[in-house]
Amino acid sequence: MDAAPSAPSPLIALVGNPNCGKTALFNLLTGSRQKVANYAGVTVERKEGSLLTPSGLRIRILDLPGAYSLDPLTPDEQVTADVLFGRRAGETQPDFVVCVTDATNLRQNLRLVLSLKRLGLPMVVALNMTDIARRKGIVIDADRLAAELGVPVVETVGVKTAGVKALVKVLNSSIIPKSTQHAVAWQPVTGADIQHDQAEVRRILGVVGGDRLDGITFSDRVDSVVLNPVLGPIILAVILFLVFQAVFAWAQVPMDEIKLGVADFGDWLGGVLPASLLKDLLINGIIAGTGSVLVFLPQIIILFFFILVLEESGYLPRAAFLLDRVMGSVGLSGRAFIPLLSSFACAIPGIMATRTIQNPRDRLATIMIAPLMTCSARLPVYALIIGAFIPQRSVWGGLQLQGLVLFALYLLGVVSAMGVAFVLKRSGSSANFQALMLELPVYHWPNLRNLGIGLWQRVEIFLSRVGTIILTLMVILWALSSFPAPPPGATGPAIQYSIAGHIGAWLAVIFKPIGFNWQISIALVPGLAAREVAVGALGTVYALSATGNDMSAALTPLITESWSLPTALSLLAWYVFAPQCLSTLATVKRETNSWRYPLIMAGYMFGLAYLASFITYRAALALGG
Amino acid sequence: MVKTATDIPLMDLAPGASARVVSVSSEDSKAPAEVGRRLAELGFLPGEAVRIVARGLLARAPIAVRIGTGTFALRLFEAACIRVCPEPL
Repeated sequence: MDAAPSAPSPLIALVGNPNCGKTALFNLLTGSRQKVANYAGVTVERKEGSLLTPSGLRIRILDLPGAYSLDPLTPDEQVTADVLFGRRAGETQPDFVVCVTDATNLRQNLRLVLSLKRLGLPMVVALNMTDIARRKGIVIDADRLAAELGVPVVETVGVKTAGVKALVKVLNSSIIPKSTQHAVAWQPVTGADIQHDQAEVRRILGVVGGDRLDGITFSDRVDSVVLNPVLGPIILAVILFLVFQAVFAWAQVPMDEIKLGVADFGDWLGGVLPASLLKDLLINGIIAGTGSVLVFLPQIIILFFFILVLEESGYLPRAAFLLDRVMGSVGLSGRAFIPLLSSFACAIPGIMATRTIQNPRDRLATIMIAPLMTCSARLPVYALIIGAFIPQRSVWGGLQLQGLVLFALYLLGVVSAMGVAFVLKRSGSSANFQALMLELPVYHWPNLRNLGIGLWQRVEIFLSRVGTIILTLMVILWALSSFPAPPPGATGPAIQYSIAGHIGAWLAVIFKPIGFNWQISIALVPGLAAREVAVGALGTVYALSATGNDMSAALTPLITESWSLPTALSLLAWYVFAPQCLSTLATVKRETNSWRYPLIMAGYMFGLAYLASFITYRAALALGG
Repeated sequence: MVKTATDIPLMDLAPGASARVVSVSSEDSKAPAEVGRRLAELGFLPGEAVRIVARGLLARAPIAVRIGTGTFALRLFEAACIRVCPEPL
């Protein structure tokens, strides 16, 4: 952010219906000078940027959440109304309002303009998407519209700069920072008010042009295929399959590069630094720890690229439409499928992606079950145990037994997630009438600039998390695993004498009924940092010197010898459910702004994990395994 | 709300057929009161042109509805608040 000039910068707010091209306009006005955070106390995203007008005026621009009305029904709309009314703690009331409207959808958008006018703040109407309107043969007389509304109207095209220049000119000449709070006497609207407004909208549209209803549009033709009851789900399945493939296949090379880079950096640092506690903290705590999370950056970038493309193009709400019945039957919103899909890569981006779910209850339910999707960090653990205990043979005509077990583990995660969602729905209060009322916007090509900005913001959020919460956790875990140091003449691995070792020994008592030995119990402690770390930790405990993949290979014969099959199966079941990842819990804390939900999540997942492992272990023992 | 002889629930409208909204109210349905108001705020207002764009496979829900120049997906209990009058072709 640039330094503020001596006088406080005026604050303008972008307000508009969802899908009116508001964010694209915001991106054009502010470029990359944006800060994305949450509004205090709620999970609604807050976007602020700034703009320097040609005459040197610095303007702060707030992109308020899309709203259909100033009488809020969703947390998003509550924020928008509160900020405009100047009653949101920690937010200043805007000096000026830019009401963004979609020129092709004025019938709907102008009602919000009329409401904003009653609010009495100085405002300008940005008539957006005029290029698309013109192509549709809708020509709106902007001057006439300004005269009818009594506020300036500027034509803009969400992706071109000419209209934005005109808008900046209006802003530059008409913004006067107000010295006092603008008092708002707001009367909640009634159905009659809305009808009255609509009559006025129809009258204005009759005068300025643009009162035209489309016949069968391009979007309709696309929808007749995409929303077709038979073709639609097939297309969706193909798209999801491709995204899923891309996340795993395309990410492999950059992930290996990062892994290698982190290891090389650690080795280099190890060679440069003299042996000390600090060196150990840096290499084994910080670099190895954050590196194991940083590895997921390529997956996050690829995944969010697809999510943003699907969202920008207008397909995402259609997918939600297609899945609404299925998801609705377990009390989830159709929108939940993208976050859940993302969670197969890693629950962290999945939980971040729940921001696209407007309803807070739906969002919470989705967050709660996201970690049950089999994330890629479980793969190394699954691979190790399956490789060691499941014989490599074909069943049912050519199917690999090992692959089948892996698939079953994935399926178990999905089925349990649906089950948990169903229980959450049952235990929820007035869950019978979950609103959908989801707008299906007109299809359009995603804009590269908006994609780039959106992607960068996700990357920034992820990296800042790696740099803060996750880093802190890694340091704590390192300390737990390193102190106190083994006494002189100790024979076992160093971790056995540390606090983590003692916790592990203590845990072994708890885990005995489900078949875990003390080695597994100790490995579970550093495994809290990231699930796959458990593989490395098992290696440490079994006192191996190899690293990475070698370790898996070298571990295999060791654990085949020392674990029974019931123990191995029990550990697999454990990993399906256990909240073995503190970063996820930290993300849940951040996204819900509360310790309540991460604690509930950890509780129910530990419960399920213990139960599943217990049943698996006992059943396997009984069957003579 | 005045119920004319020809008005039908939105759900009974044939896909593709044009109609006009006659009334929007959550009074007769089991839906919470704010559903009626929200539908009105989305543009489901008496006199507006309405058309069903698509229906789901299972229980023919949800439905995608064109209202004016916008399109919305509605669950059945939401659509149940809306009565429409089919327009002659």
